[in-house]
Amino acid sequence: MATAQDILSASILAEIDKYIAKYPAGRKQSAVMPALTLVQDHNGGWLTTQLMDAIADYLDMPPIAVYEVASFYSMYELKPVGKYKVCVCTNVSCMLCGSDEIVAHLEKRLGIKLGGTTSDNKFTLKEVECLAACGNAPMFQIGRDYHENLTPEKVDQILDGLE
Amino acid sequence: MVKITINGNTYEAQAGQMLIDVADAAGIEIPRFCYHKKLSVSANCRMCLVDVEKAPKPLPACATPVMDGMVVQTRSEKAQQAQKAVMEFLLINHPLDCPICDQGGECELQDVAMGYGQDSSRFKELKRIVPDKNLGPLISTEMTRCIHCTRCVRFGTEVAGIREMGATGRGENTRIGTYIERAVESELSGNMIDVCPVGALTSKAFRFHGRAWEMQQYPSIAPHDGLGSNIYMHVRRNKVLRVVPRENEAINEVWLSDRDRFSYEALESSERLLHPMIKRNGKWQETNWETALNYAIEGLKNIIATYNADAMGALASPAATLEELYLLQKLVRGLDCSNIDHRLHQIDFSDQNDAPLYPYLGQRIEELEKSDAVLLIGTNLRKEQPLLNHRLRKAALKNTGMINEEISANIMLINPVDYEFNLPIAEKIIAAPSKIVSELASVAKALISLTGKNISDEITDLLADVSTNSIHEAMAKLLNEGEYKTILVGRLASTHPEFSKIRALAAWIGKITEAKLGYLAEAGNSVGASLTGVLPHQGIAGHKVENEGKNAFEMLTKEHALKAYLLLGIEAEIDSYAGSNALSVLEEAKFVVCLNSYKTKQMQQYANVILPISLYPETSGTYVNCEGVWQTSHGVIPPPENVRPAWKVLRILGNLFDLDEFNYDSSQEIQDDIHKKTVNVSLPNNLQDWKMPESINIAISNEGSRELEKIIEMPMYAIDSMVRRATSLQNTQDITQAASLYVSSRQLKDINITSSDGTSLDTQMPIMGDERVPDGCILYYAAQKDGFFSIWNESFKFCSSSYHVE
Ligand code: SF4
Ligand code: FES
Ligand code: FES
Repeated sequence: MATAQDILSASILAEIDKYIAKYPAGRKQSAVMPALTLVQDHNGGWLTTQLMDAIADYLDMPPIAVYEVASFYSMYELKPVGKYKVCVCTNVSCMLCGSDEIVAHLEKRLGIKLGGTTSDNKFTLKEVECLAACGNAPMFQIGRDYHENLTPEKVDQILDGLE
Repeated sequence: MVKITINGNTYEAQAGQMLIDVADAAGIEIPRFCYHKKLSVSANCRMCLVDVEKAPKPLPACATPVMDGMVVQTRSEKAQQAQKAVMEFLLINHPLDCPICDQGGECELQDVAMGYGQDSSRFKELKRIVPDKNLGPLISTEMTRCIHCTRCVRFGTEVAGIREMGATGRGENTRIGTYIERAVESELSGNMIDVCPVGALTSKAFRFHGRAWEMQQYPSIAPHDGLGSNIYMHVRRNKVLRVVPRENEAINEVWLSDRDRFSYEALESSERLLHPMIKRNGKWQETNWETALNYAIEGLKNIIATYNADAMGALASPAATLEELYLLQKLVRGLDCSNIDHRLHQIDFSDQNDAPLYPYLGQRIEELEKSDAVLLIGTNLRKEQPLLNHRLRKAALKNTGMINEEISANIMLINPVDYEFNLPIAEKIIAAPSKIVSELASVAKALISLTGKNISDEITDLLADVSTNSIHEAMAKLLNEGEYKTILVGRLASTHPEFSKIRALAAWIGKITEAKLGYLAEAGNSVGASLTGVLPHQGIAGHKVENEGKNAFEMLTKEHALKAYLLLGIEAEIDSYAGSNALSVLEEAKFVVCLNSYKTKQMQQYANVILPISLYPETSGTYVNCEGVWQTSHGVIPPPENVRPAWKVLRILGNLFDLDEFNYDSSQEIQDDIHKKTVNVSLPNNLQDWKMPESINIAISNEGSRELEKIIEMPMYAIDSMVRRATSLQNTQDITQAASLYVSSRQLKDINITSSDGTSLDTQMPIMGDERVPDGCILYYAAQKDGFFSIWNESFKFCSSSYHVE
């Protein structure tokens, strides 16, 4: 099996080391989430099995334990995604405040269903659970930014602003 | 100690104990799915919610430590409501396909739903469907039924030590299974069937064969390793439908190895011998017992009359019952013959008169867990003795599966192959067989220099030329530092051409470090066979015999070949390390009587009479395990057709030979007799029982030699006739890999097998590179049915001379 060093660049490994150092010795696996995030960002927003195996190797974890984490959290992607990932919350507060309408609008405008990616690979639409912004529901997240109190017009504005 | 009240009654408990354990001990029922007493607490199913006074919400009993004065209600309105609600949630995504589910009738989900659920479902939406996984030849999956209790996952991590299953996704999308399809390789994988509370993981061999309520459950003992695991056989209309573990903390805890669980399939093998058979004028014919027995007696009497009793020899399977083994030696010795043995895998017998009476583990099985420094010599322990390996795993890892898992014992290895272990190895030496003795000598030497202890000057002299390196010193240090030390000698040591030296060295190391020295009894009755005197040099209870007979290896080699053989429960040509020589020796013998449950092509080539005998579920009998414990089981099904328990056959043979004291009416009577004769036997002292070697060879470098050293391993699912015919086990990777020859990866390109006369040899087996094999060695697997005889006694050479150790 290829080792982490074969697959991951030295600079990424150095970044991961910084996180490992935050935890007590012998608890390397505590760094699995930041490691997944780093590696995913470097790979165009998604994780391959090979990359996850490399992380497992580097953190001394069974590969399945890395898959468990990567498949549990919605911020990790196991398939390629578009340039912008639109994560729409449809949990209770957002639903009560009209997330259905936002989803319908997004689906129409982008011509894709939840979970889909536009053919130009620009947008991926993803349904997520509560992102803890219920106070300003409905909301979605693109990249690291939250967009709150959404209306169809506001959605258009936001999407128009993305090249 | 604290006092708590459950349902109005007061109970004493240890502070910190979980509520569910206290309730279990008191016999108070609390429903549960994820809790398992041998696994870590995960508290994810919430079925065990109980009502605790002053707690605002119901609490999970499996994860709530008791506190003094706690007042608990398990059946209050609040508790019942919580239980009902959880049950309803759990059933939302469960298919409720009980009528076609193998678990039906013995399903924890069914039982708990009956006891704690509602009578009708309010759920009208669509249920999820989960694709099944291919978990190999032993386990069937129906993952839609999974309730995500994660017991199987925790079993995989904490017990099997291979984390192949996991829970991916979350919520409704959670999936249990191997993320990447991969056969479940653990030798304990069948236990997942038991831990799964629902019908998600079931036995492939048992699938659709029966219902829980149609079967009767009988206790029995499994004979396929030195443990004597306690089992239940589930029987319907005289057919064993499956085998499950019977709890015995001292032996197998709640677990069972796959070998013991699935071997029952061989009861129905098409090779089963159902009627006595004799060979007349070169033709085999089925016959009745009377004819066959008389034919056998006549043949043997002829040999004795023409030559003498010592022209005959008997070999027995160490998996036979104590009673059978005893009667066999009584018969043979009664005829004044002393050629009898059961040590089919041994080659070095030079210290047999000084060796321990039987291969004693040196301690109780349970005690292994106390070890903090362990030296394993020549063993693929996981595959040889899966549950002993589990005890060591428990010793090696504290808090398995928990975040504060830590290494608590230093396990060290000296092995000819770098076998995979599922526990942390502190130090290891992987060396060609010819170097094992000198490696061990180096550890002994390192210990002597470290501790300054001198066991005897003779030993110091023997070790004079031995050198040590940092690994030997590290091993010596760890062994010396340990509080409770264990040394275990396994199959690859006991089959070693210098076993007697390994024994002596292991004992020296044991003496210096005050360790417990143990041998790994290969089969269910390796101990029993030695105890009852199925040995050429001693009779029952170690009584010395006047003229020592031939040992198992001699009996099957050309120079010592005998005229007649009596074989009990073995296929000598694959069960003996004499291999293909055994076959030709037997073929040349004048008269061969086989007592066996199967008939094979080879057997029909060499035998004159084949007498059909019972397999272990079909006869009563006793097994003495590696710690010297006697366990008796009763037959659970009658033998088929004309098959008879071997003890009865041997008894009649004794009668027909007019031998004294052969009138036993039951196996119990035989057992009583053995008991009387062995009652004064004490446990062997492994540290004392060895012979001073004449010399200790310092490893001769085989660099430049063109001959490959052979390492012969018994595949775990080929160790006896029964296991070899258990069809599911034969499809596991452990057996499929046995069909190849393995050499060190970097030497692969240089190797071309030539036989001893230099001609190129077609092994009809692929040769593979294997990083586990040391340079200059070839690993192959014994007990292969075909394509094997051709290579057994050949020597292997390199074709080019480019072989250099780097
Ligand atoms: S397969 Fe069985 S044991 Fe494993 S999580 Fe599902 S229900 Fe539990
Ligand atoms: S429900 Fe949408 S942010 Fe909480
Ligand atoms: S048994 Fe307690 S939460 Fe599952």
